[in-house]
Amino acid sequence: MGVITIDGRKVNFTNEKNLLEIIRNAGIDLPTLCYQPELSTFGACRLCTVEDDRGRLFASCSEEPRDGMVILTNTDRLRKHRKLIIELLLAAHCQTCLTCEKNGDCKLQQLARRSGQTTIRFENYKEMVPLDFSSPSIVRDPNKCILCGNCVRVCAELQGVGALEFANRGSETMVMPAFDREIGTTHCVNCGQCRVYCPTGAISIVHNFTPVWAALNDPNVRVVAQIAPAVRVAFGQVFGFRSGENVIGKVVAAMHRMGFEEVYDTTFSADLTIMEEAAEFVERVETGGKLPLLTSCCPAWVKFVGENFPEFQDNVSTCRSPQGMLSAVVKEYFRDRKNNPDGRKTIMVSVMPCTAKKMEAKRPNSFTEGQQDTDFVLTTKEMVDMVLSTGVDFDAIEPEAPDIPFGFGSGGGVIFGVSGGVTEAVIRRLVPGNDQHTLNEIAECGVRDGAEESFIREFSIPYNGMDVKICVASGLANARKIMEQVKSGEKEYHLIEIMACRRGCIMGGGQPRLSNIKKGIVRRNGIYAADKETVVKKCNENPMVLSLYDGFLKNREHKLLHNPMFCAK
Amino acid sequence: MLEEAYYQKADEIIEHYGKKAASLIPIMQDIQAEYRYLPGELLTYVAGQIGITEEKAYSVATFYENFSFEQKGKYVVKVCDGTACHVRKSVPILEAFQKELGLSAKKHTSDDMLFTVETVSCLGACGLAPTVMVNEDVHPKMTPEKVQALIQELRGDKK
Amino acid sequence: MINSREALIQTTEAAKATLASYGCRILVCSGTGCIASGSEAVYEEFRKLAKDDHNVVLEFKPHDEAEHDSEVVSDVKNALGVKKTGCQGVCELGPLVRIQKGDDVIQYIKVKPENCEEIFQRSVRQDDVIESLLYHQGEEAFRGPDDIPFIAKQTRIVLENCGKYDAESFDEYLAGGGFTALQKALFEMKPEEVVDEVDKSGLRGRGGGGFPAGRKWKQVARQPEKERFVVCNGDEGDPGAFMDGSVMEGDPYKLIEGMMIAGYACGAENGYIYVRAEYPMSVARLRKAIATLEEVGLLGDDILGTGYNFHMHINRGAGAFVCGEGSALTASIEGNRGMPRVKPPRTVEKGLWAKPTVLNNVETYANVPKIILQGSDWFRSIGTENSTGTKTFSLTGSIQNTGLIEVPMGTTLREIIFDIGGGLKDGGSFKAVQIGGPSGGCLTEQHLDEPLDFESVKKFGAIIGSGGLVVMDDNTCMVEVARFFMSFTQRESCGKCIPCREGTKRMLEILERIVNGDGELQDLDLLEELATMIKSMALCGLGKSAPLPVLSTLRTFRDEYVEHIVNHKCRAKVCAAMRTFHINPEFCKNCGKCMRSCPVGAITGNREVGYTINSKQCIRCGACKENCAFDAIYVEM
Ligand SMILES: Cc1cc2nc3c(=O)[nH]c(=O)nc-3n(C[C@H](O)[C@H](O)[C@H](O)COP(=O)(O)O)c2cc1C
Ligand code: SF4
Ligand code: SF4
Ligand code: SF4
Ligand code: SF4
Ligand code: SF4
Ligand code: SF4
Ligand code: SF4
Ligand code: SF4
Ligand code: FES
Ligand code: FES
Ligand code: FES
Repeated sequence: MGVITIDGRKVNFTNEKNLLEIIRNAGIDLPTLCYQPELSTFGACRLCTVEDDRGRLFASCSEEPRDGMVILTNTDRLRKHRKLIIELLLAAHCQTCLTCEKNGDCKLQQLARRSGQTTIRFENYKEMVPLDFSSPSIVRDPNKCILCGNCVRVCAELQGVGALEFANRGSETMVMPAFDREIGTTHCVNCGQCRVYCPTGAISIVHNFTPVWAALNDPNVRVVAQIAPAVRVAFGQVFGFRSGENVIGKVVAAMHRMGFEEVYDTTFSADLTIMEEAAEFVERVETGGKLPLLTSCCPAWVKFVGENFPEFQDNVSTCRSPQGMLSAVVKEYFRDRKNNPDGRKTIMVSVMPCTAKKMEAKRPNSFTEGQQDTDFVLTTKEMVDMVLSTGVDFDAIEPEAPDIPFGFGSGGGVIFGVSGGVTEAVIRRLVPGNDQHTLNEIAECGVRDGAEESFIREFSIPYNGMDVKICVASGLANARKIMEQVKSGEKEYHLIEIMACRRGCIMGGGQPRLSNIKKGIVRRNGIYAADKETVVKKCNENPMVLSLYDGFLKNREHKLLHNPMFCAK
Repeated sequence: MLEEAYYQKADEIIEHYGKKAASLIPIMQDIQAEYRYLPGELLTYVAGQIGITEEKAYSVATFYENFSFEQKGKYVVKVCDGTACHVRKSVPILEAFQKELGLSAKKHTSDDMLFTVETVSCLGACGLAPTVMVNEDVHPKMTPEKVQALIQELRGDKK
Repeated sequence: MINSREALIQTTEAAKATLASYGCRILVCSGTGCIASGSEAVYEEFRKLAKDDHNVVLEFKPHDEAEHDSEVVSDVKNALGVKKTGCQGVCELGPLVRIQKGDDVIQYIKVKPENCEEIFQRSVRQDDVIESLLYHQGEEAFRGPDDIPFIAKQTRIVLENCGKYDAESFDEYLAGGGFTALQKALFEMKPEEVVDEVDKSGLRGRGGGGFPAGRKWKQVARQPEKERFVVCNGDEGDPGAFMDGSVMEGDPYKLIEGMMIAGYACGAENGYIYVRAEYPMSVARLRKAIATLEEVGLLGDDILGTGYNFHMHINRGAGAFVCGEGSALTASIEGNRGMPRVKPPRTVEKGLWAKPTVLNNVETYANVPKIILQGSDWFRSIGTENSTGTKTFSLTGSIQNTGLIEVPMGTTLREIIFDIGGGLKDGGSFKAVQIGGPSGGCLTEQHLDEPLDFESVKKFGAIIGSGGLVVMDDNTCMVEVARFFMSFTQRESCGKCIPCREGTKRMLEILERIVNGDGELQDLDLLEELATMIKSMALCGLGKSAPLPVLSTLRTFRDEYVEHIVNHKCRAKVCAAMRTFHINPEFCKNCGKCMRSCPVGAITGNREVGYTINSKQCIRCGACKENCAFDAIYVEM
């Protein structure tokens, strides 16, 4: 608590953890490359340095605010020093902006402009190293790395994985997996969070749109697609829509224009997932099966369990993820001559907020009848790029509804996009009643955030005379914490829902980057708002789902909707 | 794959320092002292045993100059280039070693695996600058001329 | 087991009696320097001589106990001790041997194994002095160590035991007054009183920063967290300084006693010493001392029955200068990369394992026992108002007497260089002295009469630092010196922050360019621009101070930089690239061989007009000179 004078203006502060936060709240966007509010303070870029009234210089990201401080953020020497720092970074950088994935969205590029670089007086001393294309999800280009350490800290601190680390020292420092191995061969879980936090093009998404364009232009191929719940609240921001605004209709319309014949909605298969997972849960509870039941819709989490807690493999639900279910169903649907009179080949594309889904699609248990169900996974970011490349005026385009019969999901399917959504949908399925009062009660049982954002939520609900203990968590570091507790017997749950990305898929590794990570809240609110707009709230009230079960799916539930995650082992 | 004996040795060392993250550096030091390098497989093994990621262990190992994943020579020659030695002309001594052994700034170990030549900053015998340390012995008041004799002496005691 | 004050006093008395009982002690200096000059062999030779001599009874405690059992001292009056001591600071004169009978001490220098027999016969068995082995200055010979001007002009507190006592012997440390300060602290003072005493003494950190030790201890003592640590910084990274190493290997018990007192004062139960990798002997001696103290019960739980617990641990560095920085050092002990972290939180709040931590330098701790014993007033009586006590320096470079010295704070450079150091080597003339190593700056003629203390040195853009003093004469190129320090800091940068990682790299590039003769005048501006930025923006002390040698030489010796750039001239004749090759027509026989041997065609001419070397094209490879059969080619700097 107190008052700080920033560039001559008095600013009140309360409990901001450092001076930088106060300066930012005061409306000054100090340049930074290494500060991320939810990571430990690293203090490496030094760009956030400010000056006090005694002429002392210090980094504001690591300075404790004190009442009465007098701070200058824009003095002559600060500007000079910052400019030189950026110049030094650029000089040790490959500077291939024109062909860079990050072009236009790169913090280094922005800061180069902001600091007014006109010449670079030093030659690049760094040897070019080859790119790492080993992962199905992310590409590493160490030549573009500025050693801010964000990825290292994200992977270790938020994800509890630690697949990337600094190696070597001094000007030879690099970020890499152990022994400079290819990232695809490590225990990286493909979540893509490192890419989200990387300010430059050093970590980017593996692009799969080229073969999709080819398929779209091939008259002998039917290209169909599904769009995941979280995509709809993130897509619009690139086109100037409010962050969190649901633009699914426009995305569907744009995709139709590109040539996608059918565009389905993954909320539909999210409903299928709940049907199956709720049933599995009830069965396990009633027959004394393996508990806690661990959710299986997040592939990064599933890989994480296999790597770190193999003894819990059988606790993971045998349900395929919504992506997996819908692709299997769609492929089966078009395998049927009735639905595919001209016998064209079907290519299934899924549009996901997620880089890990690219890995999931290739996992052996994502195959049916020996064929890969999802042919291509495109992240939100890639679909944005595709739309951009068509030149379609996204603002003007008229929304269109997803296609039938797999284009309609309940509210329970929509909320899959946020952490807690799967569980909330399960509860909706299990608790009788669909009136607003019941729904509100469910929403307030602890499955959603309260006033404070919390990434681990524990609560219980009464069901059939028992107390069902549930834990919902996001961020794999949190998952690790919980699993350790379960392993040691310290905690007991019936159901654990984990999403690898903090706040769930809305903050997935394939989403457009938010200028400020805190805006994730807005996307979450967007998802809940989208849920409100839905007519049907529960999967078992989705008429499309019910008719599918009655008809096409009969006796094929197991084949199409289940597949033990670890069957490949 | 390394022979079983390496893992046994590693187990002994791990045992001595205890299975905790803080033991990493002393364990690596002892392994390096034993084999004159840090076999990568052992680093991975140690990381697993003391409960840290392999990435972390690799990261720490590459930070410190003393760890090497390549085998060093039987004699590790550290030419002191600390201030006292530098102003008393240590560079020609380093060059003499490199010339004599066919080494360079990039190539540190002789092909016969007898010598590794490195520089170091101060051995704590500045009064006798310029100095050279061979394994743990400090040789005072070196000159480029003495280098050849020293190498011969060391070569001789191999037999 | 020594488990009470009485037991400790008794043991001390016994140790004193033993010490007093020696008819003669042969003290062989066994610091790193003297061992390098061969003092081990001298030591062995004396042992053999003593053993073969049936008139004296031997005592070999406690060296190499496994090999030689200590022998019974039957006739106490004639007991003969052969001892290894710590560095006396004049390593250049080593191996050093002292023959001590009662208060009488003969100091021999440059003793070879072949001298031992004579020494033994004439100075041990009889009371004769071997003139030729004494230290001489001109015609004058000096008998005792304290007669030698180099030593006589010093004030030794930290180094007082070095050379006098067996560095590895617990008994000798006791006999010399060891552990009386710990006794006083534990039995007569409350922890707060110990902190107060240290605070009042004005003792400031000797590791570089000069932060008041007492204030640091106070901050730790008042932390709410009860688990605390005492850490000793023995990383001694300054390349060319070996004060801390000498203390660790020459008087390990004193360091430990200092840390134990700190632990008591600040409420810590565990102490860590972080020793740099290149000091194997320090590690060995500290380990041995710790083992001995654990054995007798002076380390461990319930020390002397007071309920005070203290355990000591040793960590070896692994080759990273930056680990001398406090937060990097604690990171390294924890098993991490030694990368400094941002502060706050400070080490006193969250240091080792995020617990409150007292981190001090070796020399800082080594001052503590005496302060406790003799009081803060005594300590304040030495040195200056704001910089109390003494400071050790390592005196090297172009100076007559190189070595380790200890002088009161505030001693002038002139006293150090000319009175103690004996002036410049080979009659050279004084140019500058680099103080504070790679983090420091250079002082020149005009600073010779300024007192050396924390404040004054800072005023001149240098720092006392850890105490490295490199004296430079006309044969030192200041640009090359700046390049040398920059190459050191650049190599040792941890790489975390941009100013230091990228900035020092570029500064080094520029300096290399200049000494290679490729510099341009605007490089000097660029150097200054980089230096100022790094100094103000870097994360830790390494980066913040890395530009200081460049800034300070640029300020004082700018003309030398300009000469290198504009005139391609290195007046100290150090920078090889500034050489120019010329043909002396007087000797030249116009044979033309030089022209044929020049790899770049820099030599033109013919048999008729003679040959000339075109300086611009010449790459200074020396081939022509080597090939001229008539020595007609000469080099000019
Ligand atoms: C790059 C760097 C290297 C340092 N090296 C040492 C060192 O080798 N020994 C030392 O005692 N202090 C060193 N210091 C200073 C320490 O950070 C710390 O201030 C000191 O150990 C505190 O002890 P003192 O107050 O007793 O001096 C170094 C500081 C920096 C920034
Ligand atoms: S990372 Fe940024 S600065 Fe670097 S090439 Fe890509 S866009 Fe340009
Ligand atoms: S911004 Fe400049 S460099 Fe980039 S394309 Fe345009 S003109 Fe070329
Ligand atoms: S994708 Fe996820 S697990 Fe893999 S390196 Fe990046 S943050 Fe770590
Ligand atoms: S890869 Fe990206 S996030 Fe990681 S250190 Fe490099 S620039 Fe930073
Ligand atoms: S939380 Fe969602 S976006 Fe993130 S890895 Fe899991 S499935 Fe992908
Ligand atoms: S100043 Fe240098 S040594 Fe210190 S943190 Fe920055 S890069 Fe590392
Ligand atoms: S080699 Fe010597 S003698 Fe012959 S031309 Fe050249 S300088 Fe003259
Ligand atoms: S020194 Fe080399 S380059 Fe210069 S003139 Fe002689 S031979 Fe030619
Ligand atoms: S944001 Fe403060 S140092 Fe990078
Ligand atoms: S500088 Fe070489 S031994 Fe100290
Ligand atoms: S080691 Fe003997 S005087 Fe230094």
